[in-house]
Amino acid sequence: MSNYKMGDYDVVVIGAGHAGCEAGLAAARMGKKTLVLSINLEAVAMMACNPSIGGSGKGHLVREIDALGGEMGIIIDKTFIQSKMLNTAKGPAVHSLRAQADKERYHQEMKRTLEKQENLDLKQGEAVEILTEENVVKGVLLKTGAVYGAKSVILATGTFLAGKIFIGDRNYQSGPNGLAPSVELAENLRKLGFGMRRFKTGTPARALGKSLDYDKMTEQLGDSEIVPFSFMNETLEKEQSSCWLTYTNEETHRVIRENFGRSALFGGQIEGIGPRYCPSIEDKINRFPDRERHQLFIEPEGLSTDEMYIQGMSTSLPEDVQEQFYKTIPGLEHLKIVRPAYAIEYDCIDPLELKLNLEHRKVSNLFCAGQFNGSSGYEEAAAQGIMAGINAVLKLDGKEPFILDRSEAYIGVLIDDLITKGTNEPYRIMTSRAEYRLALRQDNADLRLTEKAYEVGLVSEERYAKYKQVNKEAEEEIKRLKETTVSPSEANPFLEKLGSSPVDGKISLAELMKRPEVTYDLLKEIDSGRENVHLISAHARKRVEVEIKYAGYIDKQRQQIEKFRRLEGRRLPENLDYSSLDGLRIEARQKLDAIRPESIGQASRISGVSPADINVLLIHLEKMRRAKA
Amino acid sequence: MEDTIAAVATPYGEGGIGIIRVSGNKAGSILNMIFRPLKYQNATQIENRRLVYGHIVDSKTDIVVDEVLAVFMKAPHTYTAEDVAEIHCHGGSVPLRRTLDLCLSAGARLAEKGEFTKRAFLNGRIDLSQAEAVIDLIRAKTDLSFDAAMSQAEGYLSQKIRKIRENLMDLLVQLAVNIDYPDEDIEVLTLQETEKSILQIYDKLEKLRSTADAGRILREGLRIAIVGKPNVGKSSLMNALLRESRAIVTEIPGTTRDTIEEGFDLRGIPVQLTDTAGIRETEDPVEKIGVERSKDAFNQADLVLFMLDTSRTFDREDNDILEQIGNKKVLFLLNKTDLPRKFDWVEIEKRLPGAEKTELSLKEETGISLLEDKITEWIFGGRVKREESGMVTNLRHIKLLEQAMDALSDAKTAAEQREALDLVEIDVRRAWEFLGEIIGETAADDVIDKVFERFCLGK
Repeated sequence: MSNYKMGDYDVVVIGAGHAGCEAGLAAARMGKKTLVLSINLEAVAMMACNPSIGGSGKGHLVREIDALGGEMGIIIDKTFIQSKMLNTAKGPAVHSLRAQADKERYHQEMKRTLEKQENLDLKQGEAVEILTEENVVKGVLLKTGAVYGAKSVILATGTFLAGKIFIGDRNYQSGPNGLAPSVELAENLRKLGFGMRRFKTGTPARALGKSLDYDKMTEQLGDSEIVPFSFMNETLEKEQSSCWLTYTNEETHRVIRENFGRSALFGGQIEGIGPRYCPSIEDKINRFPDRERHQLFIEPEGLSTDEMYIQGMSTSLPEDVQEQFYKTIPGLEHLKIVRPAYAIEYDCIDPLELKLNLEHRKVSNLFCAGQFNGSSGYEEAAAQGIMAGINAVLKLDGKEPFILDRSEAYIGVLIDDLITKGTNEPYRIMTSRAEYRLALRQDNADLRLTEKAYEVGLVSEERYAKYKQVNKEAEEEIKRLKETTVSPSEANPFLEKLGSSPVDGKISLAELMKRPEVTYDLLKEIDSGRENVHLISAHARKRVEVEIKYAGYIDKQRQQIEKFRRLEGRRLPENLDYSSLDGLRIEARQKLDAIRPESIGQASRISGVSPADINVLLIHLEKMRRAKA
Repeated sequence: MEDTIAAVATPYGEGGIGIIRVSGNKAGSILNMIFRPLKYQNATQIENRRLVYGHIVDSKTDIVVDEVLAVFMKAPHTYTAEDVAEIHCHGGSVPLRRTLDLCLSAGARLAEKGEFTKRAFLNGRIDLSQAEAVIDLIRAKTDLSFDAAMSQAEGYLSQKIRKIRENLMDLLVQLAVNIDYPDEDIEVLTLQETEKSILQIYDKLEKLRSTADAGRILREGLRIAIVGKPNVGKSSLMNALLRESRAIVTEIPGTTRDTIEEGFDLRGIPVQLTDTAGIRETEDPVEKIGVERSKDAFNQADLVLFMLDTSRTFDREDNDILEQIGNKKVLFLLNKTDLPRKFDWVEIEKRLPGAEKTELSLKEETGISLLEDKITEWIFGGRVKREESGMVTNLRHIKLLEQAMDALSDAKTAAEQREALDLVEIDVRRAWEFLGEIIGETAADDVIDKVFERFCLGK
């Protein structure tokens, strides 16, 4: 048996899931010759679990990926079948967009995008070995014996890596959705010295739509006015599909409880750690025995199929029990399962082994993204994918890494959490994880990120021009609203109508807009200059509204961010020998040595590093600076 | 830009003057807010580096706190290379601390130990060779505050803070789950409910704040605990020192059931004296409480006066107390010298080499002035010091308490004005963080953990 050379690439991406696709596209768009490998091309951008993109926190990630010039937002805007802005009763910082996707079309559109992309080759093939020389990446060996030379490799293996499916007391090696798992690569990574661990996740059954009785469920409609995910889209119009709400009952719980013994979860076969925010139904019933019912949503998997996703009901109980308990639920009495629910266990790494640019500490030019890093979710994966793609290219070009900090993006929060604190369960983004939520809104993702991504060469001229235009419109309009004043005689009748207290002197339009009951749209009535403001886009309008209405909060947060950045700006040398630094406590010394933070700010977030340790570090930094000077 | 810090820069004690140093870009404006120079319109008019006479005034009450000399020194030619203001107050007592308090209210943060020096070093004002010394300073501070934290772990304040933080945590978890899981089948938290919870928590903080008001701090000074087995004369000593009868003096052991605290002036030094109930094993529930309090008072004391009865031999009870002394500064008082002597000082010396004693008879009122001499001598000789504990720590606590209250009051206003839930949450979370700083707990992931623990969420 001999291997054979099939070609040379700048960047080879292993895996074409949500992380792999963004990574490959970013690298190719930044001009690198890129190969994207997938065990099966039918699995490109496959949505192996829920048929939706976005939601709380996750929607923010998609907007950020889009602002950076990524693809997820564009594809979901093309292929969604229902769209909803969640949390609109709350502040603008936590409004979050979620769309139901046509899974098949999502896969097709993304695959087509990769196929069309200049500099990018998409290929079916299973990587079994990362080729290295003296801990520098040299290429990838495929199961077929084909060798691809690579200057840089990005690992995005998702749940394929040493994947194992559990249904009841049976388990077998498998990737998601019955696809082949990637077993040999897992072995190879262990040999390279990676600290591998096992996580698990699960997915509910898919039922045949025509076997369900929707009259017994509550219909869930999409929004009448659709907000696009991508900043490139001004408006979207589409006929939308419905989702359906129904509930479990005491009978459902009885069936499940009686069969606890047959669940893989309680049988002890599963060693992987599952996410707490996405427990299986047997876990929910076990942990919350007092709950009389649990809600579930029936969601269409696409327009070209009758398969329906049973959201809220993932399980690793055997199929006969699944059928039995699903059938106790109103509307599901005659359900036909087309794909049974299962739990899946897979190999991933401890993200503490990575640097902030997502490169592995032990192997140079080996980047990692997505579930492989211990995260969960399409959006979290895509966010890491685009960052890994960008950073792989920057490294090859000998340029500074592209790092987003916690005050700049949810992507920054996600990566910093993983790399600095690590995770003990599949990591999911939440708005509560962000310290500067008001700065990290979805309406200003472009303002935060597009300029930066343009500088690294990922953003197209078209997107950049659009961003500039929106920015200009918003700034000018904010200025105008601040400068335009109205007299009490103009304002008071209007305010009275809204049930708002009158004013007794001249007041600016911006000042009026700070009142909860006065919106930008309503204000039109007393804003005589508004008719001359023609150009303003929906994006810009949104920004104007939020920036003015929440100016007080935003300013407060800006001050906190300035303070945060001071520490973030103090860089720590990569090769600092912590064991030689006097005054550090042993625990701090060990943690710092293992995690090797890149800044004082990052160091301060490591558990076990105290404020006094940080002060000691500062003194040593100054010592070193002077010694150099 | 670093924040502005302030602290008393001179050693504690009845010195002629005490200097408060303020460093940072707000030093000038802080001086201007609290100092009224005699010959200038306001403090901004004073020339750089000129020492000027005037008054420190509490602008809220318009009450003059002290007559002082003050100087403003412009960066970078100062100790820290930042803008620095120094205020030369009357030393040793109330005015100094009130002036510091005013600086903090005006926007300064209480400096950590060694922080002026740290800044001086980081800003290039101190020689490289001194870097190690700076590190020692920082380290010493942590170890000390660690001790302080330990001794207060069971303390009143941290217990209260923990309880209040639990209430805040409950609210935060409710807020977080409402914000992050809009689609889940959970109880919706309304603004009215939120406002109610905030008000309840605010009231608790206010109560706590009132127990630790400035007046108490001013009464606090050096903390002295009197220990010794029952009926050895502790109460009598207390009375002698206070020169008024306050504690009950009887022949029955265990009469002094509670700790008795009193602040008084010992030759100009504010002293807080605690007469402890005997630290002894007891089944009596009432007495038990007294014993616990005694232990707390003992742990927090800067100086321990250990009373022994020279008419009795050194016994197990004495020894039990001696074993608890640890590394506390202790002065042995040999009482009842009027009675026939059975006690042998060697018993102490062999257990605690180098121990110091002073002899007295409280019944005959002899030796008390000698004792006062000794205490003042120890203070001025630097043998007894007020480190991080006491006034400084408490002042820090009070500031943090106030910051937490301000944050909650912002949250309350937002809820009243029916702002969005997530905006209210921001200030609630800040309050929670400020309180966490008091007890050294700042982990942010707790809320998320609790969300998953308490709610059934998921796909």
